[in-house]
Amino acid sequence: MSALDVQVDLVEALLLRFLREELGAAGLSRAVIGLSGGVDSAVSAALAARALGPDAVLGVLMPYRSSNPDSVGDARLLAADLGIETREIEISEMADAYFGVAQVEDPTRRGNVMARCRMTILYDLSVEWRGLVIGTSNKTEMLLGYSTQFGDGAHAVNPLGDLYKHQVFQLARHLGVRASIVEKPPSADLFEGQTDEDDLGFSYAHADAVLYSMVDQRWNREELLAAGHAPQVVDAIARRVVRNQYKRLPPVIAKLSERTINQDFRYLRDWHA
Amino acid sequence: MNRARIRIAQVNPRLGDLAHNLDLHLAEIEAARADGIQVLVFPELSLTGYFLKDQTAELAMNLEAAELQRLIGESGDLSICVGFVERSSSGAIYNAAAWLERGEVKHVHRKVHLVSYGMFDEGRDFAAGTGYRSFDSIHGRFGILICEDLWHMTGAYTYLLDEVDGLIVTSASPARGVAAEGGARGLRSARTWDRLAGAFATLTQSWLVFANRVGFEDGVAFGGGSAVYGPGGDTIAQLDEAALLDPGRLDATLDGATLRRARVATPLRRDERPWVLASELAARDTDGRRIR
Repeated sequence: MSALDVQVDLVEALLLRFLREELGAAGLSRAVIGLSGGVDSAVSAALAARALGPDAVLGVLMPYRSSNPDSVGDARLLAADLGIETREIEISEMADAYFGVAQVEDPTRRGNVMARCRMTILYDLSVEWRGLVIGTSNKTEMLLGYSTQFGDGAHAVNPLGDLYKHQVFQLARHLGVRASIVEKPPSADLFEGQTDEDDLGFSYAHADAVLYSMVDQRWNREELLAAGHAPQVVDAIARRVVRNQYKRLPPVIAKLSERTINQDFRYLRDWHA
Repeated sequence: MNRARIRIAQVNPRLGDLAHNLDLHLAEIEAARADGIQVLVFPELSLTGYFLKDQTAELAMNLEAAELQRLIGESGDLSICVGFVERSSSGAIYNAAAWLERGEVKHVHRKVHLVSYGMFDEGRDFAAGTGYRSFDSIHGRFGILICEDLWHMTGAYTYLLDEVDGLIVTSASPARGVAAEGGARGLRSARTWDRLAGAFATLTQSWLVFANRVGFEDGVAFGGGSAVYGPGGDTIAQLDEAALLDPGRLDATLDGATLRRARVATPLRRDERPWVLASELAARDTDGRRIR
């Protein structure tokens, strides 16, 4: 047993209520989710299907030319397992039109554009479907900033944002997500053979352990090193957490007046009057 | 105390929506009356919702406010404990709970121990209450504690000295802590409340009614788990595990005979030595630091 293990039945009970209530607060009861074929979107979709009923969930598959065919295959199988409706919209033409005009070669830039193409499609379909876009970002990648701002980072509500990657896997098994999805190495799938762990330079298990101690348990650097974590990994993770804070907050507003949005004009989203 | 049939209304108020929440209270009152309930307890800030931020001042009301007057009019022989944002005659704003019965406000408790750490910021929006006053209801002598008030000994100790029959603890406690380590079951926050409530019921040898709310505000769930404890600290009523996080009603019967027997068996109030505390406090400044 890991220190990060959660009570999956309790987490499920909370997240199903969360989805029903926060969608209801927006006056909606339907959901749109981008399905990558990976474990995060699979868990978000499985939770939404349980919370709202499969008929209320639209899964959207948005491969690019170079995407691994297994990703679309797994996403199709997941949707069939859950009994949810799907749309398949290839983003190759959409993204290539821009890549050609702007001569974009850098893989990071290309990946960000693809993520924002997908965001555009999800938000458009959410109008047609009369649903809310459900997030698929977990706590590990949000803390590390391993996401595209206004791309996969854009969504209305996020059931996974307080779960580390290990906990997402635990929940995936609890929800019966098929083995082909749970067992493959996590990948942003922007080019062949890419894996998250190669990109990051450390494993999810290591990142989860360090982040859990650093964030949830409030350990300082000395305590993390004393627990046996390598200084270069601890420092790399800490730098990413600080550097990517901007992705976790709304844009900065220049304060001029006596009452400024989000500074001294403070209301929750679930504001009723 | 007399035998009293008490109910906790474990409700889900809508943030900032007074009209909706008033209807919610009226529906619970109607149901309670139909079921022969004598004391109906709502959670903390039940009329307004919890994470109010700038809505705090907008929703603050004095005791003449139409919503409270409507509830006062409904009280009669049904005693009602309701949570609201109180604006005092001087303009200070309190996190308050009012006890309504026989068409009047019998008592108002203003939360003393505001919580301003972690996810909480009450000290910014509310003034702190300045005391714990027990009161004699038609159903017995009670003392109200609002959430964090139970995390300090002052309130419960004062009510012990007053020999209350019951502690009424109202709460809007967020659900948190889902770790499985060590075979843990249920929310960490709920286990802590259970230990606190059981301990204070034991130490005050009184009934303890824990009314917590449910529902979500911007992703934060409130943990429900409302329960009633006897003077030995045992849980005498709680919701089924499957219903802990949902709106619900929890009924229990409180009586004086059980208290009398418990206090004969374990006479903690009789053996309390208030002068020990008095002499300790006399040797200290108002911040509790020893000066003599």
